[in-house]
Amino acid sequence: MLRAFSVFALTTLIASLAWAATVSGPAPAFTLQSRDGGPVSLASQKGNVVMVNFWATWCVPCRQEMPHLQALYERYQSLGFELLAVNVEDNPEGARRWLEETPVTFPVLFDPKNEISKLYKVVAMPTTVLIARDGTMRFIHHGYKPGYENDYQTQVRALLRE
Amino acid sequence: MRAGHAGVLPEDRADVLLHSYDGGGVTIQGPSLLVRKQFAQKFSVSANHYVDKVNSASIDVVTTASPYEEERTQQSVGLDYLHDRWMMNIGFVNSEENDYTADTFSFGISQDIFGDLTTVSLGYSLGNDTVGRRGDANFSEETERQHYRLGVSQILTKNLMLGFSFETITDEGFLNNPYRQVRYLDPTTPQGYSYEREVYPRTRSSDAGALRLRYYLPYRAAVHAEYRQYGDTWAIEADTFEIGYTHPIELGWTFEGRFRSYSQNKADFYADLFPRSGYQNFMARDKELSTFTSQTIRLGASYDIVRGGWKFVERGTVNVILDHMLFDYEDFRDLRVTGVPPGSEPFYSFDANVLQVFVSFWF
Amino acid sequence: MATRSSPFVRAFVLAAAAFFISGCSVEPWVKPYERDHLADPIMSFDRDPVSSSYTGHVYEAREGARGATGGAGGGCGCN
Repeated sequence: MLRAFSVFALTTLIASLAWAATVSGPAPAFTLQSRDGGPVSLASQKGNVVMVNFWATWCVPCRQEMPHLQALYERYQSLGFELLAVNVEDNPEGARRWLEETPVTFPVLFDPKNEISKLYKVVAMPTTVLIARDGTMRFIHHGYKPGYENDYQTQVRALLRE
Repeated sequence: MRAGHAGVLPEDRADVLLHSYDGGGVTIQGPSLLVRKQFAQKFSVSANHYVDKVNSASIDVVTTASPYEEERTQQSVGLDYLHDRWMMNIGFVNSEENDYTADTFSFGISQDIFGDLTTVSLGYSLGNDTVGRRGDANFSEETERQHYRLGVSQILTKNLMLGFSFETITDEGFLNNPYRQVRYLDPTTPQGYSYEREVYPRTRSSDAGALRLRYYLPYRAAVHAEYRQYGDTWAIEADTFEIGYTHPIELGWTFEGRFRSYSQNKADFYADLFPRSGYQNFMARDKELSTFTSQTIRLGASYDIVRGGWKFVERGTVNVILDHMLFDYEDFRDLRVTGVPPGSEPFYSFDANVLQVFVSFWF
Repeated sequence: MATRSSPFVRAFVLAAAAFFISGCSVEPWVKPYERDHLADPIMSFDRDPVSSSYTGHVYEAREGARGATGGAGGGCGCN
């Protein structure tokens, strides 16, 4: 059993990955269908602070995060903050049904072929990317743990001030 | 220790189960209540209250004693703590019956690695039991049990998951049933044999390793298979194989079928009939330690209630599971058959029906 | 402890160690947004713990084998 314990300790030491919180470069452009039917493009949001959130109904932390995103959107939208929630499921029906029971007022876009998820190198669910008014990526959050919404708020305010 | 990933606390839920076992002259019924709740977004607490009401006229009982009734109550509490990618859990289980008390403390830790495709877990349990004997106030013995567990679950493809678990158990102390007896040839008695108390070794060490997989079928169904290999220092070797199929349909129904096959060979100090009294240092006639095979067929149905939520209930299910079990012994004989030379009674076999009805709610 | 499954276990632990140590820089080949089938409740290894712990107890009380079932287990005088 000592052998098993030492294998475990060694692998976890090696496997601890650090999740980078800052990121740079222009945010990759995309246009996706929104739940209202019309296409929404990232380019049309230039000048606003944009949060792109990749989510799915089957992902528990994504569902936990939604009310916090709604609160963030209500608070800062009038100051130039836009929130694009990209649903990554291959069938949008599941998301539509879930949104009927848990409504949100920010745009929900569908990426059923996961092309945008690949473009943004989504490595965890959910993934939240913050894009400044000039269209460059500034912050990225992998996953959601309670308390992240405080970081989102701090970062959104900093970006709004630019 | 659950296979699956460590990064998320288990969901809040409450379950009420009614269980019923009927087979081999034994009936056991009772409830099992389970509640689980998250706190402070880092903790999940669970508690279980379980009861067995036993009415036993089993083969051992009818041939050496008289039918009895008994009740066993088991309570457990557990705490899960989530920190980043680590999940830790501690738990305590207490089991009480009028002649046996068992207390078990357990600790476990698990972590998701490699992009959350792999979960590694380790666990340890320590149990202390006090064994009594009805009608013998002076009889009190102790047993200590230790479990070491290692588990790895691995996502192989979008549709396939694999789990591996390994568990070593060491027992020390009084390890047999204080009522059970062995039989030996005794020409001085009318039936040709007599009884004396079982004598077991005071230690037992075992290893078990199991591989399980789960595969998602494109039309939304799941198939699972499991194989476990077991061996211990009492020379018992056992193989378990199980396959199952889960099929949800529209309108909220999910059906499940399973087949399980088990076989073991006997402990080296087991015999149905010993040649004489005190034949060897250790002697057992517990059919659980004999050579036997067992098969189980399961049918289960589950129905979604409370779809779309109701007040603070997110969803709920009503479930019924029926298991039909067959046990065939190859060196344990049915002593209800008399008038034959000792050692030529037919081998014992029995079947049992196990019914579970339970309601689950998620909050 | 010379039990039958020890060589099987030894081989696995060494293989696992080799895999983990060599594979620590592997990119996850199932992307997080591809995990909806795996997240389906029917794919859970233990969907209803109240039922699986009861079933485990039914077997353990009647069979000689114990362990590696994925549950924590307690003790009882059920022999």
